[in-house]
Amino acid sequence: MLRQRTNPILAGVALLALSVGMCAQTSPPKKPIAPKTQQAAPAPRRDLSGIWDAENTMEGISPRGVASHAPFTKWGEDLANNVYKPGDGPRRVSVGLVNDPLDGCDPAGFPRNLLFELRPFQVVQTPKQVLMMYQYQRVWRVIWTDGRELPKDPDPRWYGYSVGKWEDDYTFVVQTVGMDERTWLDNAGDPHSGEMRVEERYHRVNRDTVELTVKIDDPKAYTEPWIAREKFRLKLMPATTDIAEMICAPSEAEEYKKTMADPLSK
Amino acid sequence: MKNKALGIFAAGISLLVVAAPLPAHHGSAGYDLDKELTMKGTVTQWLWANPHCFLKYDTTDDKGVVVHWAAEVSNPIDMTRRGWARTTLNVGDQVTVTVRPAKNGAPVGQLMKVVLPDGKELIGWTPLVR
Repeated sequence: MLRQRTNPILAGVALLALSVGMCAQTSPPKKPIAPKTQQAAPAPRRDLSGIWDAENTMEGISPRGVASHAPFTKWGEDLANNVYKPGDGPRRVSVGLVNDPLDGCDPAGFPRNLLFELRPFQVVQTPKQVLMMYQYQRVWRVIWTDGRELPKDPDPRWYGYSVGKWEDDYTFVVQTVGMDERTWLDNAGDPHSGEMRVEERYHRVNRDTVELTVKIDDPKAYTEPWIAREKFRLKLMPATTDIAEMICAPSEAEEYKKTMADPLSK
Repeated sequence: MKNKALGIFAAGISLLVVAAPLPAHHGSAGYDLDKELTMKGTVTQWLWANPHCFLKYDTTDDKGVVVHWAAEVSNPIDMTRRGWARTTLNVGDQVTVTVRPAKNGAPVGQLMKVVLPDGKELIGWTPLVR
């Protein structure tokens, strides 16, 4: 009863809000009128600033690993089948046998932070850099936009070396090299080599939406380049979003191992 | 300790209605995913931590034998979204816990559901995560 009475009132309030400057309704409508679909505002030019999150947050986390990948080379296959022992995906093993570097709180590294646990992150643009600051493990990347070249023979880094440029007013393209070979690509223990080159394309569809495509080019581990994420939709979060702290502390991980993983492996 | 095995089908259907899958990078392979145990216990520790939160609790069987259990859920951020908090459980709380137990018989499991002292139910892991 109460519900029937309040619906027209709520609808009236919504209508009033939507019709500033229009004539007032003399009486509330009998049925709620769905507001017209509002089109998102156009994208600003050459701007990714803001806090972004996966449109479907569960897809951002991707516990099973990438949906598919190019065939392994012999080198890649050996790592995947004989060395890496993941807790998820088609080659998963029992908890006590998992050797996922994340379990000991090693850095997720790049691009695993895009392929697994892509949680809210903030983009800050400066005249010479685009900074991407991630909730997961509370790390940031620097993407240089000052025109510099990628390093030729860099010392490996967990998050590599990145340069970016605007391909057009709404598409920012990042190239990254020099990733540390110890990191995995995803939860399923898909490997990569130090020769890997990663291309990220951030296409801003409108003010509220970015589509992210990630391409892996690693001839040592895969027989051909492949797309790890394709037009993965990111939504703009309110500017007041407080990005939570999500840090793997080795002492806590050790407690988890002692309490949960060790009994499982006996 | 009074263990009650539940069919995953019956329990699963009700959980599927309200629960979305949670991520797990440690996997589920050590647990018996086709079995659930429900038991009453006393909370000895509730760790609100990464990579996964976990609950330690004691059960006592008819002969007075105490078993120290531990059951895990996901990380604090995921569990916050699902209505859990650092203060959800306190040492000494009498709770009813449903777990998917370890295959090897160790007293550890995936925490599927807990009934708090006030009767409130919280969903932990879900049948979808296998």
